[in-house]
Amino acid sequence: MEPFRLHTGVVAPLDQADIDTDQIIPKQFLKSVSREGYGDFLFHDWRTEEGGAINPAFILNREPYKGASILLTGRNFGCGSSREHAAWALRDFGFRAVLAPSFADIFRENADQNGLAAISLEESIVRELLARAHREAPLRLTVDLEQCTVAESDTLVASFEIDAFRKMCLLEGLDRIGLTLRQAEAISLFEKQRWPNRPEAAPESL
Amino acid sequence: MIASPPSTLLDKIWNNHLVHSDPGAPDLLYVDLHLLHEVTSAQAFEGLKVAGRTVRRPDLCVATVDHNIPTTDRSLPVLDSIARVQMEVLRENAQSHGIRLFDVDDERQGIVHVIGPELGLTRPGMVIVCGDSHTSTHGAFGALSFGIGTSEVEHVLATQCIPQRRPKAMEIRLEGDRPVGISAKDLILAIIGEVGVAGAAGHVIEYTGPVVGSLSMEERMTICNMSIEAGARAGMISPDTTTFEYLRDREFGPKSNDFDDLKTEWETLETDDGATFDRSVVMDIGDLEPQVTWGTNPGMVTGISGGIPNPDEIEDEEVRDSAERALKYMGLEPGTPMESINIDRVFVGSCTNGRLEDLREVARIVNGKRVHSSVHAMVVPGSTAVRRQAELEGLDRVFKDAGFEWREAGCSMCIGMNPDTLSAGERCASTTNRNFEGRQGRGGRTHLVSPATAAATALAGRFTDPRSG
Repeated sequence: MEPFRLHTGVVAPLDQADIDTDQIIPKQFLKSVSREGYGDFLFHDWRTEEGGAINPAFILNREPYKGASILLTGRNFGCGSSREHAAWALRDFGFRAVLAPSFADIFRENADQNGLAAISLEESIVRELLARAHREAPLRLTVDLEQCTVAESDTLVASFEIDAFRKMCLLEGLDRIGLTLRQAEAISLFEKQRWPNRPEAAPESL
Repeated sequence: MIASPPSTLLDKIWNNHLVHSDPGAPDLLYVDLHLLHEVTSAQAFEGLKVAGRTVRRPDLCVATVDHNIPTTDRSLPVLDSIARVQMEVLRENAQSHGIRLFDVDDERQGIVHVIGPELGLTRPGMVIVCGDSHTSTHGAFGALSFGIGTSEVEHVLATQCIPQRRPKAMEIRLEGDRPVGISAKDLILAIIGEVGVAGAAGHVIEYTGPVVGSLSMEERMTICNMSIEAGARAGMISPDTTTFEYLRDREFGPKSNDFDDLKTEWETLETDDGATFDRSVVMDIGDLEPQVTWGTNPGMVTGISGGIPNPDEIEDEEVRDSAERALKYMGLEPGTPMESINIDRVFVGSCTNGRLEDLREVARIVNGKRVHSSVHAMVVPGSTAVRRQAELEGLDRVFKDAGFEWREAGCSMCIGMNPDTLSAGERCASTTNRNFEGRQGRGGRTHLVSPATAAATALAGRFTDPRSG
């Protein structure tokens, strides 16, 4: 996984609460067996008109947001289905960070797994930044995970809190499976205690 | 000996599955059952291959095809070549890793959250995961069961464990008597309306109260299924006699000679007196009426005698914006009575309401009647076993005689990955779980309802209180 330490980029404001994963990547694009190539379909039904033409009004189709790499949005972002395709699509489009008052639990986990920084900011700060991102476009921000800050040039805009373990995993780009495999002995011991007679096999009925 | 402090059902299951715990890091939990389907597993198997890893416990994995399979004639080839590849890849992965697969032609095929309980794979006290957010369904049996992303699917395949922060425990206690004709779907829609679509984020919900104990297993599954729509990754209900009786004589359930021992163990799976929840919500359901959603998330819901709300009366700016946007998408005007809204489609099915009890309820209402001439209605059973049993009971005839299409089992129009979709502007009364924009097809307008309301609505061509028939 690509680590996330510090990123500076253009902010795309999407001022809406409860954006669900069906909007981020509609179901017709979930049939691929790859982790790549979803960027073109990010927010598909908003980015395109019925019939497939580009919707010029949608924020990500407009300059200077086309090349945005920081998404700024409303609370409970990523609610709904568990599809990791949502995180893949955001990354593939070019986003490195999403700033919002809150995230749905599964989405945040999926973002973590893909080096996409899902950062919670206070709602009042998000509101203020949303207004500025429209008014003063392009608004360029720097997300510094090590310092837990969001800054504009050298001016601090906001500080944020993040679980220390999540932070470490993102900073290091850690292989989470590798971490768990370090506990292989504990896992084997658990299985032995669970099924003392045949730890290598599940209960017969399964 | 020191008595252990009173604990919640969540704590008990958690502690029973704790493999390893490091200060500062998420706990490592053992997974008893890993359910897999075609849409969220291919990249996980590919990841394993790239990293040179294997599946640790293929015997604890069970796979099926449900999300994108057609619900029409199964003897015909799948026309969607991309969907076909996805199913073939699951087949190859199941075979090469020795994972049991209930394939499209298997009598045990069905929506993963319908077949798990039906086959007796789901049991009280288990930790169950699946790359699907409606995995919360299995919590109806007193299991801790939640949806995971594909990287986590890979993690569980490789280690049979999942790192998790212990969520907070939230109690939703239902008080009052359930009014006649009010279904489990009405209860859960009202709950989501009350707590909001993010109201239970970071929590596992335990549903309590006398009403909950009186529910059938199918009804409990409907409620736990939609816990995710309130933001909770999991919902659960303490197992009781109803649970134990359901589990007898299931194909993969406990063998009869183990049953009593297991039952004794399962009986301890309850929140102790004196245990504290991080949060409790009490709801009186004594006056509840059938629920219908009017917007584009499941929390935008009202009683059937109500009307479309006026966004101008909403104080919170973000909530008002969402309501305005939703009404525009749904093509609805504030103040319109729900019962005056005409519908084009009716869909009965899904992991929320595609079980035998649901189908029986629809059949009871439509028996001997005809679907309204302007409505296209279909029933998609949740599993092949549900389909077979419904046919044994003659429900298929009732549906067909009334003008419903009767299909093969799958997720179908709940997610619309297969050819079963709404066209733009079509309005659907649906027994499913999500009314997001485009969920059932681009531009499609979904209203979530109970099976009974869907049935009464199909007959009248507009939203109808099933108690009035």
